Amino acid sequence: MTMVETPAPRSLYTADARTKARNAAEKRFRIYGIAAVAIGLLALVVLLSSVLGSGLGAFRQSVLSLPITLDAKALDPKGHRDPAEMAKATTVTYGKLITKALEAVVIEKNLAPGMKSKQIGELISKEAPAGLRDMVLANPSLVGTTITYDVLASGRVDGFFKGRVTMESAALDSNISPEQLQLADKLRAEGMLKLAFNPGFLTNPDASELRPESAGLGVAILGSIYMMVIVLCLALPIGVAASIYLEEFAPKNRFTDLIEVNVANLAAVPSIVYGILGLAAFINFAGMPQSSPLVGALVLTLMTLPRIIIPTRAALNAVPPSIREAALGVGASKTQTIFHHVLPLAVPGILTGAIIGLAQALGETAPLLLIGMVAFVKDYPGAPPEGVLDPASAIPVQIYNWTQRADPAFVERASGAIIVLLVFLLVMNSLAVILRRKFERRW
Amino acid sequence: MNNMRLTERAVQATDTKITARKVQVHYGASHAIKDVDIDILDKTVTAFIGPSGCGKSTFLRCLNRMNDTIAICRVEGAILLDGEDIYDKKVDPVQLRARVGMVFQKPNPFPKSIYDNVAYGPKIHGLVRNKAELDEVVESALRKAALWNEVKDRLNAPGTGLSGGQQQRLCIARAVATSPEVLLMDEPCSALDPIATAQVEELIDELRANFSVVIVTHSMQQAARVSQRTAFFHLGNLVEFGETGQIFTNPRDPRTESYITGRIG
Ligand SMILES: Nc1ncnc2c1ncn2[C@@H]1O[C@H](COP(=O)(O)OP(=O)(O)OP(=O)(O)O)[C@@H](O)[C@H]1O
Ligand SMILES: [Mg+2]
Repeated sequence: MTMVETPAPRSLYTADARTKARNAAEKRFRIYGIAAVAIGLLALVVLLSSVLGSGLGAFRQSVLSLPITLDAKALDPKGHRDPAEMAKATTVTYGKLITKALEAVVIEKNLAPGMKSKQIGELISKEAPAGLRDMVLANPSLVGTTITYDVLASGRVDGFFKGRVTMESAALDSNISPEQLQLADKLRAEGMLKLAFNPGFLTNPDASELRPESAGLGVAILGSIYMMVIVLCLALPIGVAASIYLEEFAPKNRFTDLIEVNVANLAAVPSIVYGILGLAAFINFAGMPQSSPLVGALVLTLMTLPRIIIPTRAALNAVPPSIREAALGVGASKTQTIFHHVLPLAVPGILTGAIIGLAQALGETAPLLLIGMVAFVKDYPGAPPEGVLDPASAIPVQIYNWTQRADPAFVERASGAIIVLLVFLLVMNSLAVILRRKFERRW
Repeated sequence: MNNMRLTERAVQATDTKITARKVQVHYGASHAIKDVDIDILDKTVTAFIGPSGCGKSTFLRCLNRMNDTIAICRVEGAILLDGEDIYDKKVDPVQLRARVGMVFQKPNPFPKSIYDNVAYGPKIHGLVRNKAELDEVVESALRKAALWNEVKDRLNAPGTGLSGGQQQRLCIARAVATSPEVLLMDEPCSALDPIATAQVEELIDELRANFSVVIVTHSMQQAARVSQRTAFFHLGNLVEFGETGQIFTNPRDPRTESYITGRIG
């Protein structure tokens, strides 16, 4: 009789060769994993630091605090303080008042001997008079008084304080001269000119090429919010209904297989194709207005639908069959089973999918360019529901738009807008996590 | 098998509750149930025994059309409940399942509270008019399932938080709460300790007063203890069906004999 020889018992304290090899393999794998995570984190850090580094400046803007005398003779010659009458005074009049106020300061403190009034006025943003005018028209009793008003400095002066504009570049620049920058420096030393938080970046509409200092994201944020609300209201119910039907009711045959393949393909179709579709279907065929959030939202809905359907079906599919059997076993109908038992368990997955789909839609640029949302929009869209037909912009399109402009001040704006977009995405993703936690239940 | 009190059981009922004739079940190409004819009596406990994979669960699931949910499953032949063909086109399986309840092999409580688990059936079938009645139904169902004392203080705790045996008794309570006419139980005691098993067996015996109970079990002792009639399945065939006493003491078929004496399984 031959017996397999049993190996001599070995001490547990010494690892044998196989164990050593296994442990080494495990160690190697851990190192690869850590390296992979580190590369990812590094990329994130580089991205964030570059975006934050160049974009945070957009949230701070150079402003001049000036005592402005609102001359009643110029602004309201008849003295009725009637806004309708006062509207006759144009921004030119207000511009003169502001320039006069600055000039008075400059002369009083003898900051720039010999500089002409026009040159002094160039330190101030061309957008400033409009803001002052709006304020006075809203509150006519200010006329005749002297108020301290923060006026935006021009983009070049702002760039000088942020390091974008230097004395050398100013010497070659027709919009600003080194002397003017020296004056700005002195005004800063006097404490009149300073960098302050800039709410206008979030509320102002876009501004023209020459006025980067007043360009803001107001219209774009509003447009993006309109679109996201419409996309959510359309894509979520349609997507969930389609998923439930496909997953629970549809017979499994060639036709539903075909639908399934197509849904998967649609999720992978480049977004610009949806833009072409939207242009053809909604604008050229259905005659909807260009640049409107409604059309943008419809295009984004089409794009988001498959991206909601796929995770929703996966979430429904992941509900254990024993739950369905239990419900059917006590005599629940199919619909009752789905709505009382399956859907509540799938909600976390559905919400996560929907919010990720929505976040993708929020950052989408290409399809919106094709339906004309790239236009320069200076007026806020109206209040919903009619407002969704007014022209508007969207945050990613605004970013694209600003990166196309010549003035480097817009690069800072674009990075600032990216920060805003990232904050929106962060909020949405956190919401997804919170909702998932809230609805997650054991089974 | 002298401890089985076989002779004490008299079979009183003679009304047939379920009649099955020439039932065939296919899962795709595989033939799982072959030509089964059986008469399940009212107010009787019928046990299905047989080796693993012989088709006990499959046949049980035919009786309340749970097999409808399996796409590849095909059922042929006739199954009558009180003389009506349950596979008739006019029959809504939902209505059928309200009358033929089921307890599954693996405990599958809903991920809801204990109370809601039991209250769900009566609610969707409109068996109660108000909260007080519902409370009453829930309590009596939990009592019948021998679970009331353990959970009466935490009816709002999740049903999935109970132990395996408690979960199975919760599932029994859930099935009992809708007062079905026939209760199908697929190895209801496989996750239970001997005490809970005894309680469930007692419950089965009580249920017999009003319902017809069909129980699948791997425990010959259990079949002998609770059932009046026993069916022995083997490889998809119904080999032998008769009074429990006769099956266990005097099987006619050699396969039955070798199974109950432990030679096939
Ligand atoms: N969903 C299914 N799809 C395909 N085949 C199945 C399915 N369910 C059961 N079967 C097959 O049908 C046959 C009978 O299975 P069934 O579950 O009825 O056995 P059982 O007697 O209940 O066994 P056990 O005692 O182990 O529970 C087995 O061969 C099994 O492989
Ligand atoms: Mg089974």
